[in-house]
Amino acid sequence: MAALSCTMDRLAVGQRGRVCDLGPESAMRTRLQDLGLVEGTRVQCVLKSPAGSPAAYEIRGAVIALRQCDAAAVLVAPETL
Amino acid sequence: MKQTAGLRNGSEVIEEPVIALAGNPNVGKSTVFNCLTGLHQHTGNWPGKTVELAWGRVRCGDREYRMVDLPGTYSLRCHSREEEVAADFLLEEAPVCVVVVCDATCLERNLNLTLQILEHTGNVVLCVNLLDEAERKGVRVDLEMLHARLGIPVVGSAAGCGAGMEELKETICKVVDGELSMPPPREPACPRQLVLLAEELAVQTVTWEEKKRRNAGEVLDRLLMRPLTGIPILLALLLGVFWLTISGANYPSQLLQQGFDRLGIVLREWAAGWPPFLAGLLLEGVYETVTRVIAVMLPPMAIFFPIFTLLEDWGLLPRIAFLLDHRFAACGACGKQCLTMCMGIGCNAAGVTGCRIIDSPRERLIAILTNAFVPCNGRFPAMIAIITIFFAGDSPLLAALLLTGVVLLGVGMTFLSSKLLHKTVLRGEPSSFALELPPYRKPNVLRILLRSLLDRTVFVLGRAVAVAAPAGVVIWLLANCADGQILRACAGFLDPLGLLLGMNGMILMSFLLALPANELVLPVLLMQMTGSGALATVEETGALGALLRAGGWTWKTGLCTLLFFLLHWPCSTTLLTVRRETGKTRWMLLACLLPTAAGVAVCFLVNLVLRLVC
Repeated sequence: MAALSCTMDRLAVGQRGRVCDLGPESAMRTRLQDLGLVEGTRVQCVLKSPAGSPAAYEIRGAVIALRQCDAAAVLVAPETL
Repeated sequence: MKQTAGLRNGSEVIEEPVIALAGNPNVGKSTVFNCLTGLHQHTGNWPGKTVELAWGRVRCGDREYRMVDLPGTYSLRCHSREEEVAADFLLEEAPVCVVVVCDATCLERNLNLTLQILEHTGNVVLCVNLLDEAERKGVRVDLEMLHARLGIPVVGSAAGCGAGMEELKETICKVVDGELSMPPPREPACPRQLVLLAEELAVQTVTWEEKKRRNAGEVLDRLLMRPLTGIPILLALLLGVFWLTISGANYPSQLLQQGFDRLGIVLREWAAGWPPFLAGLLLEGVYETVTRVIAVMLPPMAIFFPIFTLLEDWGLLPRIAFLLDHRFAACGACGKQCLTMCMGIGCNAAGVTGCRIIDSPRERLIAILTNAFVPCNGRFPAMIAIITIFFAGDSPLLAALLLTGVVLLGVGMTFLSSKLLHKTVLRGEPSSFALELPPYRKPNVLRILLRSLLDRTVFVLGRAVAVAAPAGVVIWLLANCADGQILRACAGFLDPLGLLLGMNGMILMSFLLALPANELVLPVLLMQMTGSGALATVEETGALGALLRAGGWTWKTGLCTLLFFLLHWPCSTTLLTVRRETGKTRWMLLACLLPTAAGVAVCFLVNLVLRLVC
């Protein structure tokens, strides 16, 4: 199945995705790289705060909370639930 | 090749090798540090820099080495001040050995930092920590393979129960003594390559055994994240902590005060032959002030700080930041600010120092400047006394509820003033925010008691005593020189302003004199009201209430004083900490002005409304 890409903040709780584009060069991009997020990494959205932002993503075994605006810079290919 | 780091002691330079401890946040690095150095440690400046690091000593046979606990970082690429410090230290001080502590449950990401450090030096010992937690999660790490791939010594450990610590120490000693052949520094690689290399290493060394069991932590997380249950759970938690602190601290405080009073009588007899001025200054001034600060502060701190450390170690605090971040984001601030606010409840100076966890300088400043809006431990006893006397009667639960309300008002004021700062002097876009939510961990209670008692309680108490002693001298001189005329004149001068704010001149004067430590407000006030030359002791709240009422206090005075307790200038220690942390006197002045202006405005309005209504 050809996966359509969407931004990472669109992942539902429990849904997984594979990063296809980390977004433009920025402090956040470097930070995400340091946390182990690069093109090809699998992420899973594990929690969303009641307000929807921030949301928590499992990245390489660790759970990292990101704000919606930051997660929206990352493109992922979602896996169907 | 062995290098030594210069320890600058005044002008002389002592060459003493340094061992550095590095690692990601939340990997139990401090526990490893404590195990290795025992209690021989202190927090002190990195010589020549205004950065505080934890230092300790490690013994290898007959030699001792200095060990430094670097701030927890994800990389050395300098996004935050912590990372800058860690990177600078590795570059400039060139430690003889770097111990990298890793979390076995997410080794992959931890290896990224390890690889970055290996680009600086080959003398690295890898400590794969939290193996006990990994085992529970079904994660296995092949330490032999890791050693073979990286070429550096690898030690497995579970520092929480002390496992592997002896082996780690022996390995460090071997590296320092040059008994092991260490690899040269790695060739620098780009960030993406490092991540992929870390992934490759993890694939070769880590095996997962899928465990489907849903743990209690996940259930709690889900409950916390529901709008209907999340906030109530937090409020109940806050209430519970206050209730424990209030009801638990009451009796020990009284005992301490009685003990100090008895000792005071003995001291007075002993000093009977001294000149009256000297005896008065030392006993009624210094001794009374210092012992009062200890009696009032020690028990609540000895209860609050361990509870706080417990929640911290358990992993709840980052979840609170996660839950509340959108509110802080709306005020242009960072969610981690609520962690520094929690610390501020213990001590505002500690809260201001804690603001280092916030990456963006702008958001850090907001958190620093607004920290005094959460009432600190020094203010609690007096606030509780006022609440008990005028509002709650003898129900500790009602008192805890009302106190929670006051703290929530402080939180509201924090949001308001953060937003104000964001719209005026600290304009800018909210910065990026990446907060790790570590798994819930069973805290080691004994270690927590010991550490929070040593690190926080004794530290804060020591600082409070250091400012209380000179304050005692000033207060005593003011009250006794010229028969207390100066003090009365000052209070009289402040009276019109005090009345405008629903209080009186004496109360304002007490707040001013208590600048070194908030816990002095009530004793100084009583000293003025009873007209005695020494800080007055009132054993029970009932007697205190009678005294206040006789002095013309009504519940309105109580309310305005309570509000002013919440909203006024922070103590001198906090102000000095603000200047140290920001490096600018003008931020210190703003940190003083902001809560004071809020307090004056709120008290003036409340008083106005009360006068119009009743």
